[in-house]
Amino acid sequence: MALAKYIGRKVAWTLVVFVVALLLNFLLPRLIPGNPVDAIVGRITQGGGTGGEQLQQIHEHYMQEFGLDKPLWQQFFIYVGKVFQGDLGTSFANYPQPVGPLIAQALPWSIAIMVPAIIVGWILGNLLGAVAAFKGGWLDRGAFIGSLFLSSVPPFALAIILLFVVGVQLGILPVGGAYSFGLTPEFSLAFFGDAITYWWLPFWSLVLVYIGGQAVGMRSMAIYELGSDYVNYNRGLGVKEGHTVRYIFRNAMLPQFTGLALSIAALITGGLITELVFSYPGLGSLLFAAIGQNDYPVISAITLLITIAVLIANLAADILTGFIDPRIRAQQSGER
Amino acid sequence: MSLRGLSPRFWVAVVLVVFVVLVGFLGPLIVSTNPDATVGGLYEEPQCCGPLLLGADNEGQSVIANLVYGTRTSLIVGLIAGLIGTAIGLLVGLVAGYRGGWVDDVLSAIVNVGLAIPVLVIVILVSVSLPQRNLYTLALVIGFTGWFWVARAVRAQSSSIRTREHIDVAKLSGAGFWSILRRDVLPYLLSYVVMAAILQISSAILFESTLSMLGLGASGTTSLGTMLYWAIQWGSVRTGAWWAFIPPTLMLTLIVFSLLLLQSSLNEVFNPRLRRGRAARKKAVKEGTELETPVEADDAGPVGSGGFLETPVSAGRGEAR
Repeated sequence: MALAKYIGRKVAWTLVVFVVALLLNFLLPRLIPGNPVDAIVGRITQGGGTGGEQLQQIHEHYMQEFGLDKPLWQQFFIYVGKVFQGDLGTSFANYPQPVGPLIAQALPWSIAIMVPAIIVGWILGNLLGAVAAFKGGWLDRGAFIGSLFLSSVPPFALAIILLFVVGVQLGILPVGGAYSFGLTPEFSLAFFGDAITYWWLPFWSLVLVYIGGQAVGMRSMAIYELGSDYVNYNRGLGVKEGHTVRYIFRNAMLPQFTGLALSIAALITGGLITELVFSYPGLGSLLFAAIGQNDYPVISAITLLITIAVLIANLAADILTGFIDPRIRAQQSGER
Repeated sequence: MSLRGLSPRFWVAVVLVVFVVLVGFLGPLIVSTNPDATVGGLYEEPQCCGPLLLGADNEGQSVIANLVYGTRTSLIVGLIAGLIGTAIGLLVGLVAGYRGGWVDDVLSAIVNVGLAIPVLVIVILVSVSLPQRNLYTLALVIGFTGWFWVARAVRAQSSSIRTREHIDVAKLSGAGFWSILRRDVLPYLLSYVVMAAILQISSAILFESTLSMLGLGASGTTSLGTMLYWAIQWGSVRTGAWWAFIPPTLMLTLIVFSLLLLQSSLNEVFNPRLRRGRAARKKAVKEGTELETPVEADDAGPVGSGGFLETPVSAGRGEAR
């Protein structure tokens, strides 16, 4: 019961934030002084090659798409309606190609890099942090400084250095892209075997950074726990070390879990830039290209997608916390 | 806080930070080369002494000049944005935590929404919409979008201070709202605010470089991020022109690492629970046994031991609440 209420509250909260995010995505670009469509069409003409009549057509298309002839609140509902139909607008740079397929092409690559990296980094980082805190001594000092260094290295910096050392200097792994020239993405073993060589470098450069961040957090949590009364009490009772460590680990784990939700946004940001470094054809590279071409619909679709991903990840972490954290279930009986 | 209690880590951090600041603010005076002037060929290799100490970039500009000016830009953006972010977060957090009631509810809701929406998204949307971007607009945008977590953390602290006795004394002696905030609540948070400011500055510097790498950097100014943008754009990593991208990468890493190291060593000073007993460690090393003694219960300092980390679990302890 308490759990259901808890989950319901979290879902409602996520929806509220989602609406705010939609509003921001809608409103911020419209704050540009003047008519955005004029500005955009102006930019297209700067490139040259587009005739007057065609321009007029493009202009009308966008006026209609944005609903700029209608009042603001009506524009907002047009926008929301389109988003929910999966219609993300038309790309400026690749007119008249719609944004949806562009995103659909890029998204799987981003997911293939980020999701495994986040999971692997989280697990390895927490193990390292807990072991370092418990063992103490040189291992702790080394692991702590190492993780602090890894977590404070900007993700793209690590990516650049890995790319240069492993890819360019040693020449072990390919230096850019996601698969060899001449192949087309398909579900075959040959393609997979080729693509995975391109996958290792961006994957590891993300994982190393995540490990660092998680280990630093886990270490401080575990040291907190090591000093708490129940640990002393267990020691006094002569409870086996391994047993106590399990308690410590479980207690220190929970904030790490909520911490993961809080840091998801930063992880995704780091991932986008890492893609850029490796010219990996994911959302990061698409965003980069779109910014370079002032392709507003693509930019806004990507920011919306990032927001949705972060919100879903947060919600998932919150719900899982509800299952893991006994205090939430215990509220039912009035205990805390 | 006596100097004796400061760890070697703290001093290493201080030396690194001072070094970075010297590079950023004295460097441009020493390296007199104009970072926008063409002094060499495309990716000309480094050669000793002179503007080409670190070679030339894709436009034949001196990398060393760009590096020192870029460091200065990053530091300026970081300082402005970090201080703005800390100030707003501090103000909102103090008022929300101390006032409580509906003010707290409204402010907390805003903060929570702000925390849930990725900062990068807001910053991208705003910077794309700006008619022109320079150093200062970029710093303002980063500052005004990055204060949410400071506000949340400060709120948690100030709402716990609200119930302390000395606040009642201040109220009874007729102190006003702002006076209490300034003289009776803020001092208890100062150590925390200093650390938050350091984190804000380092994350603002990271944000600036991230935005610049995406192509949303300040126009007309060299920053470490824009150097990397051009290096990637021109494929210097693949062609092996290491002098174009390794210096800015290392500089950024050094800036962020030194700031984080400073923050974490200050955290150990202000927050003794994170510190293992030094005496205990020495003993353990001498006897060759594992560290057995739990954390020493030192003077907890004004902020108290509970609540420094975002969520100190208190499975065995009831006091953290």
